[in-house]
Amino acid sequence: MEFELSEEQALLRDTVRSALTNAYDVEKLRAVTDTELGWSRDVWRSLAEIGILGLVFREEDGGMGAGPEELSVVMTEIGASLAPEPLLGSVVVPGSLVARTADDTTRSEIVDGLSSGARLLAFAHNENRDRWPHAAVLTDGAATTATDGTITGVKTLVDHGDVADTFVVSAREADGTVGLYLVPADAEGVTVTPYRTHDRRRGAQVEFTGTPGTRLGEGDASQAITEVEIAAQSALCAEAVGAMSRALDLTTEYLKARKQFGVPLSTFQALSHRAADMYVQVELARSMSTYLTASLADGDYDPITASRAKLQICRSGRHVGQEAIQMHGGIGMTAEYPVGHYASRLTAISHTLGDADAHLAKLTGSVAEWKMVTVG
Amino acid sequence: MQLRFTPEEESFRRELRDFFTTAIPEEIRRRNEEGKQQWPDDVVTTTRILNERGIAVPAWPVEAGGQDWTPVQHHIWREEMSLNFVPDLLPFNAGMVGPVIAHFGNDAQKERFLPATRNLDLWWCQGFSEPEAGSDLASLKTRAVRDGDEYVVNGQKTWTTLGQYADWIFMLVRTDPDVKKQAGISFLLIDLDTPGIEMRPIQLIDGGHEVNEVFFNDVRVPAENLVGKENDGWTIAKFLLGNERSGIARVGYTKTKLARAKTLAAQITTPVGTLLDDPAIASRIADLENQLLALEVTQLRVVVGSSDGKPNPASSLLKLRGSELQQEAMELLADIAGADSLPVAGPDAADANGTADVLSPEWAQLSVPTYLNYRKVTIYGGSSEVQRQIIDKAVLGL
Ligand SMILES: Cc1cc2nc3c(=O)[nH]c(=O)nc-3n(C[C@H](O)[C@H](O)[C@H](O)COP(=O)(O)OP(=O)(O)OC[C@H]3O[C@@H](n4cnc5c(N)ncnc54)[C@H](O)[C@@H]3O)c2cc1C
Repeated sequence: MEFELSEEQALLRDTVRSALTNAYDVEKLRAVTDTELGWSRDVWRSLAEIGILGLVFREEDGGMGAGPEELSVVMTEIGASLAPEPLLGSVVVPGSLVARTADDTTRSEIVDGLSSGARLLAFAHNENRDRWPHAAVLTDGAATTATDGTITGVKTLVDHGDVADTFVVSAREADGTVGLYLVPADAEGVTVTPYRTHDRRRGAQVEFTGTPGTRLGEGDASQAITEVEIAAQSALCAEAVGAMSRALDLTTEYLKARKQFGVPLSTFQALSHRAADMYVQVELARSMSTYLTASLADGDYDPITASRAKLQICRSGRHVGQEAIQMHGGIGMTAEYPVGHYASRLTAISHTLGDADAHLAKLTGSVAEWKMVTVG
Repeated sequence: MQLRFTPEEESFRRELRDFFTTAIPEEIRRRNEEGKQQWPDDVVTTTRILNERGIAVPAWPVEAGGQDWTPVQHHIWREEMSLNFVPDLLPFNAGMVGPVIAHFGNDAQKERFLPATRNLDLWWCQGFSEPEAGSDLASLKTRAVRDGDEYVVNGQKTWTTLGQYADWIFMLVRTDPDVKKQAGISFLLIDLDTPGIEMRPIQLIDGGHEVNEVFFNDVRVPAENLVGKENDGWTIAKFLLGNERSGIARVGYTKTKLARAKTLAAQITTPVGTLLDDPAIASRIADLENQLLALEVTQLRVVVGSSDGKPNPASSLLKLRGSELQQEAMELLADIAGADSLPVAGPDAADANGTADVLSPEWAQLSVPTYLNYRKVTIYGGSSEVQRQIIDKAVLGL
């Protein structure tokens, strides 16, 4: 077994870290997330230049050919800096769906645009009231449907759907299977309603009315969607670990610096022991994130493994976010100070692709299927 | 032992419920239920309706407009307010400065301030905390120096809740810097229109503006605005903080949130029924209900046992658990909202444009900002750590 980063991975981490640390402190972050776009085109360009946007795509398509481990390394840095650039929503998730399903020409055209930062995609999948881990494309009358290559339906909570030039849309086919379609954002019958999220990101609800789309590949796309979602869960877990670990750092720094009753807060055991508990939670989360990433790197896309990791991440993230605010006192409640933004981001991650209750329910429902749980 | 309320108490409860549900406008109570209260109007309207009926400040001394109620009646009043979604009264008026003036003020102060405070003609805010004086409140530095018939005040207060609507601020100020820190503090009332005062908003993590910083630069305050004797402020502060804590458990309020959680969970469909059928959610709700019941019975034990009106050290227990349970209820609602909690506003940064115009229901969009906002309740009014210390010292003798 090997848990340390390789030399190249450590180099990747350092490169991304320095790019993002230079780009963002809490003031710059607030300024950028207050703009209509919500993130920075300049940072996007620099991510493209150092190869981050093409990270997960095959070299022959113009990508970097990196795997889940490298993505986790990058996502951890994104989490630590709270960088709002939509790597996951605009590139990795929709791009991976294209990479898995499209024909050669479409694939290399799209991957090329994504890697250079010229294109922004979005995965229009989730439907109203369809909670994870349900189908995401409903099976009833409210489902988004594809009939002779035209799409009709409403997709909600489309991550960064406000800026996409092209949507990857899931739709129920007449035979009940799920197909994926490419739809340009300016195609006829597309209505985009953008919104802001509590963690200062962007999204949109997208409605398609008789909109023409190009089918990506043949057959049912459900397996591709499941695997890409597991990859996204893994990326979110890594992002959360970065956010938690920075929230812990901020807290320990604050406990050492803030004085009350004439002494630093760190001298109160009632607080220092809780910082120790936060550390425990961060490391347990890091372990489970690593566990999921490593299993993906082995090519094993197991939903149960993903649920195990996400459950721990949700639990640790809640604990760390709440304790970080509490131990900062009033200052932790302010928008001017970063710790609350970490708590907000961790909450958003917990509610994306299944929260603790959902993952626990999934594991609970399967518990009779194994005798004991061990690594490997 | 006697678990049930007496028939008289029950009819007292019914009377209050009838009054609350008929006299307080339906739309105010609905806004409050949905977490969309209009500031400051809804509080002002509610307070005046209650005051007309003589029940805006039942805990004040009778001669100041209070009621000669038993502790159980006070409890029922508070509960029925919450259960019927009557907005909370402004704590600074009803729970803090009013009782202080009634107990420590001179006749002129009582006459001048109490009727207006009761009726919310005067909106008060609380100027205790400072950047360097949080949990360690007694280390506050804002100076008030006597100059003839006036005090000259210099310094900074922070976390001043709802100060943007306030007419007056009640302050702890340092009047003697040369004695033990608790001994040199005074309690002063200041008109916020006095020259030299500047108030600046602080934005919290839910995006809202409810607290402020207040700066005092050579602010001249008539000496008649001193409450009690000079340098007696710490005694007054302890009296006030004891009152603040006992009202803060909000069991009734949390009950309404858990009830709402159930209603909403029952409306959300899953592949096997509704979210309320999901054992993970159902057991979480059941567990919270039980913990809240334990707190309610504890509160009743405290209420029934407190006859002399003095703050009971067990009020720290109520503040500690009550605030935690409020937070857990908000967390539960945010988790019931799930991914629908992500959107919170339309795209335009310049606008305070409310919730986003998408299919995620409004309550879901409000749920995480509320959850984040409620992290405050274990910090203010004496943080959980401070409450534990009070329990350690005053109850356990550690
Ligand atoms: C939303 C909000 C509204 C408020 N409204 C008002 C208001 O209207 N008027 C007003 O005067 N004040 C108000 N406050 C201030 C509030 O009372 C203080 O925030 C509180 O006293 C804590 O002080 P602090 O923020 O400076 O934190 P600190 O005192 O710096 O505490 C930081 C952390 O350390 C812990 N801690 C501190 N000392 C000890 C110790 N000895 N042992 C163990 N743990 C310790 C605290 O519990 C906390 O977790 C408000 C605060 C908030 C957040």
